[in-house]
Amino acid sequence: HLIELLKRTAIHGESNSVLIIGPRGSGKTTLINHALKELMEVEEVSENILQVHLNGLLQINDKIALKEITRQLNLENVVGDKVFGSFAENLSFLLEALKKGDRSSSCPVIFILDEFDLFAHHKNQTLLYNLFDISQSAQTPLAVIGLTCRLDILELLEKRVKSRFSHRQIHLMNSFGFPQYLKIFKEQLSLPAEFPDKIFTERWNENVQGLTEDRSVREVLQKHFNVNKNLRSLHMLLMLALNRVTSSHPFMTAADLMEANQLCSMDSKANIVHGLSVLEICLIIAMKHLNDIYEEEPFNFQMVYNEFQKFVQRKAHSVYNFEKPVVMKAFEHLQQLELIRPVERTSVNTQREYQLMKLLLDNTQIMNALQKYPNCPTDVRQWATSSLSWL
Amino acid sequence: MACYPTRLKTRQTYSWVGKPSLDQKLRYYTYKEMSVKMEGDLTEIHIQVGQFVLIEGDDDENPYVAKLVELFEDDSELHSKKRARVQWFIRFCEVPASKRHLLGREPAAQEIFWYDYPACNSNISAETIIDHVQVVALGPDEVIPVDVRNEETLFVKLSWNEKTFRPLSPELFAEFDRPQESSPRCQKPVGAKTKGLGSPSSTTAEHAIKRIESRHSTSKFRQTPSHLVTPKAKKRLELGGFPRTPSTRISQQNSGALLDSPRRSKRKVAFSEITSPTKRSQPDGLHTSSPALKALQKTGEIQSSCAADDKKASPNCHRILRTRVPALKTAEISEERRLTPTRGGESSAVPSVVLKPDSIKKREAEEPEAPEETTSTPHRIRRKSSVLTLNRIRQQLRFLGNSKSDHEEEEFLPAAEISDSGSEEEETPTPTLSRRTSSQVSKDPCSSMKSSLQTPSKTPKKTLKPATPRHATPQIRSRNQAAQEPASMLEEARLRLHVSAVPESLPCREQEFQNIYNFVESKLLDRTGGCMYISGVPGTGKTATVHEVIRCLQQAAQANDLPPFQYIEVNGMKLTEPHQVYVQILQKLTGQKATANHAAELLAKRFLTRRSSQESTVLLVDELDLLWTQKQDVLYNLFDWPTHREARLVVLTIANTMDLPERIMMNRVSSRLGLTRMSFQPYTHSQLQQILTCRLKHVKAFEDDAIQLVARKVAALSGDARRCLDICRRATEICEFSCQKPDSPGLVTVTHLLQAVDEMFSSSYITAIKNSSVLEQSFLRAILAEFRRSGLEEATFQQVYTQHVALCRMEGLPYPTMSETMAVCSHLGSCRLLLVEPSRNDLLLRVRLNVSQDDVLYALRE
Repeated sequence: HLIELLKRTAIHGESNSVLIIGPRGSGKTTLINHALKELMEVEEVSENILQVHLNGLLQINDKIALKEITRQLNLENVVGDKVFGSFAENLSFLLEALKKGDRSSSCPVIFILDEFDLFAHHKNQTLLYNLFDISQSAQTPLAVIGLTCRLDILELLEKRVKSRFSHRQIHLMNSFGFPQYLKIFKEQLSLPAEFPDKIFTERWNENVQGLTEDRSVREVLQKHFNVNKNLRSLHMLLMLALNRVTSSHPFMTAADLMEANQLCSMDSKANIVHGLSVLEICLIIAMKHLNDIYEEEPFNFQMVYNEFQKFVQRKAHSVYNFEKPVVMKAFEHLQQLELIRPVERTSVNTQREYQLMKLLLDNTQIMNALQKYPNCPTDVRQWATSSLSWL
Repeated sequence: MACYPTRLKTRQTYSWVGKPSLDQKLRYYTYKEMSVKMEGDLTEIHIQVGQFVLIEGDDDENPYVAKLVELFEDDSELHSKKRARVQWFIRFCEVPASKRHLLGREPAAQEIFWYDYPACNSNISAETIIDHVQVVALGPDEVIPVDVRNEETLFVKLSWNEKTFRPLSPELFAEFDRPQESSPRCQKPVGAKTKGLGSPSSTTAEHAIKRIESRHSTSKFRQTPSHLVTPKAKKRLELGGFPRTPSTRISQQNSGALLDSPRRSKRKVAFSEITSPTKRSQPDGLHTSSPALKALQKTGEIQSSCAADDKKASPNCHRILRTRVPALKTAEISEERRLTPTRGGESSAVPSVVLKPDSIKKREAEEPEAPEETTSTPHRIRRKSSVLTLNRIRQQLRFLGNSKSDHEEEEFLPAAEISDSGSEEEETPTPTLSRRTSSQVSKDPCSSMKSSLQTPSKTPKKTLKPATPRHATPQIRSRNQAAQEPASMLEEARLRLHVSAVPESLPCREQEFQNIYNFVESKLLDRTGGCMYISGVPGTGKTATVHEVIRCLQQAAQANDLPPFQYIEVNGMKLTEPHQVYVQILQKLTGQKATANHAAELLAKRFLTRRSSQESTVLLVDELDLLWTQKQDVLYNLFDWPTHREARLVVLTIANTMDLPERIMMNRVSSRLGLTRMSFQPYTHSQLQQILTCRLKHVKAFEDDAIQLVARKVAALSGDARRCLDICRRATEICEFSCQKPDSPGLVTVTHLLQAVDEMFSSSYITAIKNSSVLEQSFLRAILAEFRRSGLEEATFQQVYTQHVALCRMEGLPYPTMSETMAVCSHLGSCRLLLVEPSRNDLLLRVRLNVSQDDVLYALRE
């Protein structure tokens, strides 16, 4: 469909506009690149067409975008030594340039707007309006192709801009099922026939075939597939696994994949908790209890300290009674790790002890982390499971 | 004064004579001659480059006088392609009244002034040229002949640069001699055609002041080298820095008595030719004018007197003049470039003099004579000597004009570089001057360029003007292969359905068309102004209708049913900023470029002042709402101008909202807008159907049912004709795609159209949800569950997460970690299935659905 459209612009000089919408990693850019490549193979097109690539992340406003367009259209040398003046001058200059042409005589231009939604945030959407307006009138043939992952992109457009857009949308979805996913996995891993070492290629491909039939591998992939259908994340997983391949360990194994998957799906916060000191763990537990008691109300350092003191008094023999400044330091460290966060509306002049905080860890996360925590005193562990255990 | 009778509507045809010579650099053709043919009058007037011409202007009695420098064809201009470049002359009545006293005497009836003002626009339409005229240059003490032989003869004595009157420089004189020799072929007084063209000489003086100042400084620079040779003259130089103060005059005279003066001015003879074309002695009448004038004049006189004595200086002089004359004759920029280095060569004379002590001595020996004369009877001697030198210079010029000078020029080229560096080094003694001069020296090529631009044909403005063809060329390079013609019926239909295809007529907008047409026509006929506000949702044909109206009006104007008018179109969306609208209007109206504020002033002046003859202007402002500013001054001006009778401005404004005047405009703006409003209703289905059938008149590609279907569909949604056409276009594509099987009929059927409509209007959310991964789906489910639990439409991430974990446990999915879930959440957020806060909030992140809950449920059911 896209190729057809582009061909018509290139050959017939018909102006078009189209949006390609799809979630990240669904191959929008790949599609457009492929289409352009195919288009360029047709000889009459390749010598006939101009391309302008813009990215919403790079061209953050219309002014930069305009400059980029002029650069890519090679209009600079036409301008010669004329110093590029104001934004307004630029705009009128470019519009004039684009207006000059008509359907049959001038060279069609393909505009590719990556991150199209960001262009819609520009002031007045001047650039989009003008591009669409040209594509809707008898001027230089344009094909405006927008790439975006936002499904509500049309609502972002102003109504007059929207009216000028042709409402062609191409939706790209990762609509494949798990069997296809497996196939892709296999294709990605297999070595091509042109690989110099024939014997190794054969053995490697056999190994890959074996892997796809392995149950544990399938499980890992299924899990990954559940989380994300994105091909890019699959690449990430495979990359992690392939990094383990060395000359002494020439073939990928199921264990490699499992490990890679574990790396991928690791909970970052639980990892941080593993690295905390006993005192900090105690503080987090105290906060957890406070959360339970007061039902998610924010707490301050004094409350946490009191809770901690209560625990220490009961179990004085197992936990060293830290002084208050030391506890304060630990508390601040937690804040630096962003495990706790001050409530937004706190005024600056409140004392640090009374600044209201919120815990950014879930109960289940805390419990899971505690179970894996090395050398955790049993008293602490007991305390964590029940706030009443000291009674 | 000669009176040129006004003849209205005399058609004159202008045509080129002779072969064009292509100017490679500027990409336009230059011509040597042009002929003007009068309607009903068989005589042709031939106008050649170098002749003096009359150019029509505001005042019928006194058309502008100018010298034709170049004729060329310029495609970039809208009004007329035949362009001419001229050197203006100015009549005394055109000099601003406040400055007239500077002349210090009564002007003669036939006297004109060389308009030495670089900022003046000298690029005019060749079709404004009326006739040629004879201009005679007079020496400073020649009396303007009272017994006028011919009313067509005008006399030039002085040049006027918006500030002072100056005598003409010898080069200019030389120029005048030439065209007089080649007598005009035909001399027939022609009636002035009254057609308002922007008066070119009335450009404001902002630029001029700067330019003149810079020129002053260049001339100062040119003077400096002489002081290096003779340190005694330093005092003089300092005085030269402030030529305006009255004290200068005295000290100047004092210093004139100094012995070194002649030598100084000897050098100056050489330099003065470069600096300004004005150093010429003046008639006595001017002696009482301004001190500044006097100072200049005096130096000029001394200089010339010295030239009379000094034989050494004359070769220098020769060269300058020689190089200048050819440059003036051919007004080519390439010439100008060659001029620059040779110019530099002149100043190289200075170091060379330093190296030759004996030559200095020689001069010193000569010195005593001149100062004695000047001190004793300054006035008379001065006059006498000036007459002498004048004659001599004229002779020299005549002689030199014939001889070839290419040799000398080339010889001087290498010297130029040395001179620049040399003078830079030596100019340290006086701090104030060295500062000035060094800055000048560093910019030397450009400053000398500038001074060369003072010559008639090349003001800096003009260097921009020749750039216009260059500026207009920005064009997408044309395609290498011709666009293919549509092959099949479907392709033909698609072509016709494209929005850009201009239909022959606009169906269903006859009423609106008539209203607008009547409105504009009546205003044009009454020669008044007015506003009209047109509103309507996008795609209802507002702009198209107005364009059609204008087209019809233009046709009518061509057929002489209507007075001619100028049409300007601006689009609020195509401006970067509301105030830019002034710039656009001005540029389209007159071709001038200006800043927004300046353009506003010029436009106000143009529209508010009464002019004798002026065609009406029709201004179309599209997307009016974007011109809104805090102060609303843009809107105010746009609507205020038409209320003035002289403006003859008809403003048509277009916007989407019907109540725009009430909503955003202040009272004083909306009251000026008036009550002439029109709103375009969205098309009904029958209208849309008519439009489609009209477009597909001769192409049988659509089934009738199909057209009706699409018309109804679109009318129900928006009534946007653009949408309608796009759907049809898409349908033809689908049809074409499916018709590859040979048995199908090749007609667009209802099914094809339905498919197209579905494609365009279907919501993508449901398909997106259907295609999302398992975890994403369960996360959405968790959100729904959480909403149901809390009864709110919003939940924090933590709450959803607990639900999510529970759900996963129920469905037997592996336990999802927090990080994974967060990734899922942000992924959904980027697709805008969810509305999420920035992820800084982590667990407390608030999540909302962007889709209705029912849709999610429907999508998840499968």
